[in-house]
Amino acid sequence: MLSADEIREIDAELAHYEQAQAATIEALKIVQKHRGWVSDEAVADIAEKLGTSPATVDAVATFYNLIYRKPVGRHVIHVCDSVSCWIMGQPRLTELLRTQLGIDYGQTTADGRFTLLPICCLGTCDRAPALMIDKDTHRDLESVDAERLGVILERYP
Amino acid sequence: MTARQSPPQRPLTARIRPEHEPFGLADYERHGGFQGLRAALKMGPQDVTGLVKSAGLRGRGGAGFPTGVKWGLVPMGPDAPKQKYIVANGDEMEPGTFKDRLLLEGDPLQFIEGMIIGGYAIGASIGYVFLRAEYVLAAERLKAAIAECHARKLLGRNILGSGFDFDLYLHTSAGRYICGEETALLNSLEGKRAVPRSKPPFPATAGLFGKPTVVNNIETLCNVPHIVHYGADWYAELSSGTTGSKDGGTKLYGASGKVKHPGCWELPMGTTVREIVDDHAGGMREGLKLRGFLPGGASTDFLTAEHLDVPMDYEHIAQAGSRMGTGLLIVLDDRTPLMAMLRNLETFFARESCGWCTPCRDGLPWTERILADFEAGRARASDIELLRQQTRLLGPGRTFCPHAPGAMEPLQSALKYFPDDFSAAVGRDGAGG
Amino acid sequence: MARIWIDGREYEVDPRRNLLEVALEQGIDLPYFCWHPAMGSVGACRQCAVTQFRDENDTQGRVVMACMTPCADNSRFAVEHADAVEMREAVIELLMTNHPHDCPVCEEGGQCHLQDMTVMTGHNYRRYRYTKRTHRNQDLGPFIGHEMNRCIACYRCVRFYREYAGGTDLNVFGAHNHVYFGREADGTLESPFSGNLVEVCPTGVFTDKPYGESYTRKWDLQQAPSVCHHCAVGCNILPGERYGRIKRVENRYHGALNGYFLCDRGRYGYQYVNDEARPREATGRSAPGASEHALSADKAAQGLAAWIDAGRVIGIGSPRASLEANYALRELLGASNFYRGTREDAALDTLALSILAAGPARIASVRDIEQADAVLVLGEDLLQTSARIALAVRQSVRQRGFALADAAHVPRWQDHSVRLMAQTQNSPLYVLSAAPTGLDELARRCHRGRPEDLAQLAQAIVHQLDHAQPRAPGIDDDTLHLAHEIAEVLVAAERPLIIGGSSTGSAALLQAAANICIALHRRQRSPSIALLPAECNSYGSALLGGDDLDAALARIEAGEVDTLVVLENNLYRRLPAPRLDAALTRIQHLVVIDALATPLGAHAHLQLPAAAFAEADGTLVNFEGRAQRYFQVFVPQDAQRPASWRWLQRTAAVLGRDLGNTLDELTAACAASDPALAGIVAAAPGHDFRIAGQRIPRQPHRYSGRTAMNAARDIHEPQPPQDVDSPLAFSMEGARVGLPPAEIPIFWAPRWNSGQSLSKFQDEINGPLRGGDPGVRLIEPGQGGAYFDRPPRSEVRPLQTVWLYELFGSEELSARGAAIAERMPQPYVVLHPDTAAELGLADGDRHQWAAEGQQWEAQLRVDPGLPVGIAGIPRGMPGMPTLGVGAVIGVAGAGA
Ligand SMILES: Cc1cc2nc3c(=O)[nH]c(=O)nc-3n(C[C@H](O)[C@H](O)[C@H](O)COP(=O)(O)O)c2cc1C
Ligand code: SF4
Ligand code: FES
Repeated sequence: MLSADEIREIDAELAHYEQAQAATIEALKIVQKHRGWVSDEAVADIAEKLGTSPATVDAVATFYNLIYRKPVGRHVIHVCDSVSCWIMGQPRLTELLRTQLGIDYGQTTADGRFTLLPICCLGTCDRAPALMIDKDTHRDLESVDAERLGVILERYP
Repeated sequence: MTARQSPPQRPLTARIRPEHEPFGLADYERHGGFQGLRAALKMGPQDVTGLVKSAGLRGRGGAGFPTGVKWGLVPMGPDAPKQKYIVANGDEMEPGTFKDRLLLEGDPLQFIEGMIIGGYAIGASIGYVFLRAEYVLAAERLKAAIAECHARKLLGRNILGSGFDFDLYLHTSAGRYICGEETALLNSLEGKRAVPRSKPPFPATAGLFGKPTVVNNIETLCNVPHIVHYGADWYAELSSGTTGSKDGGTKLYGASGKVKHPGCWELPMGTTVREIVDDHAGGMREGLKLRGFLPGGASTDFLTAEHLDVPMDYEHIAQAGSRMGTGLLIVLDDRTPLMAMLRNLETFFARESCGWCTPCRDGLPWTERILADFEAGRARASDIELLRQQTRLLGPGRTFCPHAPGAMEPLQSALKYFPDDFSAAVGRDGAGG
Repeated sequence: MARIWIDGREYEVDPRRNLLEVALEQGIDLPYFCWHPAMGSVGACRQCAVTQFRDENDTQGRVVMACMTPCADNSRFAVEHADAVEMREAVIELLMTNHPHDCPVCEEGGQCHLQDMTVMTGHNYRRYRYTKRTHRNQDLGPFIGHEMNRCIACYRCVRFYREYAGGTDLNVFGAHNHVYFGREADGTLESPFSGNLVEVCPTGVFTDKPYGESYTRKWDLQQAPSVCHHCAVGCNILPGERYGRIKRVENRYHGALNGYFLCDRGRYGYQYVNDEARPREATGRSAPGASEHALSADKAAQGLAAWIDAGRVIGIGSPRASLEANYALRELLGASNFYRGTREDAALDTLALSILAAGPARIASVRDIEQADAVLVLGEDLLQTSARIALAVRQSVRQRGFALADAAHVPRWQDHSVRLMAQTQNSPLYVLSAAPTGLDELARRCHRGRPEDLAQLAQAIVHQLDHAQPRAPGIDDDTLHLAHEIAEVLVAAERPLIIGGSSTGSAALLQAAANICIALHRRQRSPSIALLPAECNSYGSALLGGDDLDAALARIEAGEVDTLVVLENNLYRRLPAPRLDAALTRIQHLVVIDALATPLGAHAHLQLPAAAFAEADGTLVNFEGRAQRYFQVFVPQDAQRPASWRWLQRTAAVLGRDLGNTLDELTAACAASDPALAGIVAAAPGHDFRIAGQRIPRQPHRYSGRTAMNAARDIHEPQPPQDVDSPLAFSMEGARVGLPPAEIPIFWAPRWNSGQSLSKFQDEINGPLRGGDPGVRLIEPGQGGAYFDRPPRSEVRPLQTVWLYELFGSEELSARGAAIAERMPQPYVVLHPDTAAELGLADGDRHQWAAEGQQWEAQLRVDPGLPVGIAGIPRGMPGMPTLGVGAVIGVAGAGA
């Protein structure tokens, strides 16, 4: 079941488009904002809300990489692995995260705190390498070491 | 002070103060804001389009299509469909590109003004900003600016008493580079999978929800208020004195990679690569040499140190064998392994294929894997020919949209300029191939 | 016309077509995947690459996709240009990078479009040396198997399922090379057209599940052209047999009827043929309930002959039996002793035929329905009764989009562009029905009511069209507005179409359809009409005539009948059981000739097992009055199941009467019996038709094992059965080219092993089969008859029933198959929520219901789409009683 808040927010988006299906992506993001990820049940609920079928919604949900169709940790770390960040040392950054968190891309730490994912160019190539944790972009990580990384991660309990 | 004494030389960034909040409406107007809109609303819509056409503004999203011409394709007049749309392309996922973010974060009102003028010119009453999800700050500032405009009746019904209605909505994406392709973007805005559409019909006749639609890049739209305010001649002259560029105006150029000061700068159209790299980016880092560069994002052909004096504009870069693209350089130094860089690029493109057409969907992952063998030094001699073949088979016209051809540009140019890197990566056991 | 050049040869072509279509029509083997003749082009697979040249001096050219390229005047193309050849080979190579190469265990092997194209492009050396991506498969229900690893992502499945057929539970998921085609979770594919995925998919991802469960390669199937027996549309089918079992049914293209697609009832309805419990030999019984004893065919015929000879005998024919069988019974017993459907059904079919014959409306084919630009559906739930028609109506609403595309110079085959331009704009469709239907979502407006009420609305439309016609007093303003709107739309349309039928049991609705057509005609319009009867040969049976069942029962009840002969007709589906039971006690001999074991057969004194459709030949008349011949696919082994008409010929012979010995003789006699039937002889060539002296083989060129397949019984190679009824042979030998369209037993062409070889059998893609589409239209509409009187008004009686239908369940033969049975709902009764509340009944509860002396248990379904006060009951469903039109039901108590 969609919550009252979710329904209100989806309704607000619906008002912006001439067709209900256009709110699909926003609806998915709204649900994800509230719940962290989008479950099968949520897909069905959104479909009902928008007057379409679960398969129609899920085709959209599974296309976009920022919709999580599996549970994620409390915080999602997106490491930019596109070319500028890569030149500036992204592989080292990823390696550091891997050892520090003990997880690989696509995995979640045992305590459910972090999920690690790669992401396309974050549009901050002048301050590469960069990563995003939840909504925060962290830049200039070329010479980051375990300690500085630890300080950053600490902000995400 | 409503208009400045002398028109700005760097109009797009004139009001941007790095590390500061953007101007609010009052400050924006004090610094010449909404003069363009006011002027436009006094003109006929088609005259606005004509002005933009004569200014020679070309799209800054990568393809460089003349903006005025694009607007001119939209049906106008009493028989035209009632509902039309203007859509701003703020997807900006081209690796190495970060100009639209700076424009939105630094001066959202300038963009909004351009959008309203664009809407007015084509008779659209609704505009959408398609913004990539990761641009959180840009979204926040844009939302605040939209709200302020609404409150001051610069958006909504009867803007500035002109009788023109215009609403602007922000749509944040859910990821996927292909959303930047304008027809895929429209599908995405409609809540569908971001698969490109076939043309015709072009968006100007049947775009969003089948209605006439113009899609413009953020930077493109940011130019518009200034063109309307200061005129086409002023615009053309902005770039003069540089290198004889045919294109008017300024461009947001930038550089990333191992230059001393990566960044983004508004410079006259046609500024040479050398000036951008040496003067603005501070040259290469100590001990590194420039080996090549992608002039306008990951989907443009490599150019080399030989091309440093090429002026960065659409024609000159094309003559040199590449594309202006987004105009933000990705610099390859002499220590970064080219094979690995290519592999990185193709990983990106393979992952971002929408999955619609065969050459792209299945050809890019293959290319990526071959390059991984080159990166690891275990490629076979025959793989070089195989890569050459891929650049042909995934090239323009072979695929449904320009995504895969874009992916082939860095590869085909690398094969052209740096063949030895490939031969060197052929493994011992690979000789038989 | 446009002049174009392909590989240096000049062609005159229609500039509105695309190059791929044109090339295929010219016999050029150009590979493709994502294009489909009925679904147009989307440019996804990039397989159909050719080189296009700017002018005659351009030698370089550029590679384009043939399916996306119009044949503009003076364009120059090369299929054999090096760049294009390389491109086509490369696309296959890419598609094969992830393909599992599991052809030996794949159901598609040997009839696989992907195999064909792989060979055609010459790709035979694998350069890709990395791992393949793999997928998990889904359980998609009883009809469709799923093997995703074989997928080449041509997107045809989702385009057919969603865009063409309107299904919503199949889709493409994921992106890049992870795209996945399936459901959001395991579960039965809900679309009534899901079976077409098997043919639409160019490889073995979507497979025919029942076929896969007892699989035979295409080249080992014995096939004959046949006609679907499961509704009145008469779709053409190709059943395939091996080891005495029908293994599958495939679509047999018919340009005016089914085109490329069947409904799932038609595709999977055959399973009853394989039922082990079907009667195998003639049996006699001394009295109802007594044990049966086997009879030789001669004994059986002699027995029947003796009873006939004794007199006081009547016969009841059947709308699911062939014309020939019905005719033979009528001839044997005399026209005055020959009866057919229930009073309502017989009257409705006769009425419908008279309407069609009177004109002025043209009788719409399925293709015509697709092209109608305004459609009014009067009372029918097409998706449940004649699903293929519903699929055609679904296409008709695209006319609006085509018009928009034409105006914008977007070619109609640019499928996604046309859909983009159309958006949700449909050309007008109005659905008037008793309960919600599957087409409602496409309709401009729907209206619900009892058939009587719908007829009033129709009368209001007539009045709007022709003010000289009476109003329909007493209908409310809303309905009047709707009538007004529909009238305006129909008059404004270029190709208006009225669809009606007999499923409601209402003559008034049929008359209303006729009146609307007449009124439109008077307004200088030329409407077309489709009137759908209930069964595969309803119109054939009506053309033959005969009084109705009430009259037959009256004679029985009056004690005038000693022997009742029932032909392929389970009377318990037609008459309320108490009345039938009572009648059966009044006769001496009940003779039942049927392919099925039915409750009626259990009472028979003499039961004569008859061939099922695949075991016999015959002629059916479909909803457009088209006589179509179906042919025997195989000769059953270990069973004595001749065509039902053969029992009658044999009996006639005993009596010294001549009903002929072959089908042809019977058909000819039947044709001669009535001018209206004269055309049926031409439905297909006669049995003596030969091509260069040769018959047409039912077995493919590579049929294997015929010397050994019977070895378990007899190690000698058996003599192939002789066919005296058709020019087809039960063998591999014979003529394979130049076949008359009605006699094509398989679609196969050099280099084209899959069903895509069809284009080799057409002159024009989507056009008729070469030589003309099979069948003969028997009815030539006249200039238009007189208006029927205004329909009578009637008050709603509480819990008066309306008939509802189930695609899976309402038809007798198909309902007996295991796969279809899995898709059948349990017995139910539908009420409006207010009606249910008034009765104190809750949705989902099981109750005992009662009507016309019968009781049954069924679940209550509550549906606000049904008018208040009436009860919807699914007709013909197992577990449901047989009730008369508009019967009133009551609740007898709580269910078990
Ligand atoms: C794969 C692909 C990605 C693209 N991404 C973007 C993008 O992120 N932003 C953008 O403005 N244009 C992008 N484009 C170009 C757009 O299709 C389109 O040309 C542009 O938005 C038009 O605006 P303009 O005329 O103002 O440049 C992309 C094109 C392709 C083929
Ligand atoms: S080239 Fe084809 S698969 Fe690739 S993004 Fe474009 S349409 Fe999609
Ligand atoms: S058939 Fe032409 S691109 Fe697929």
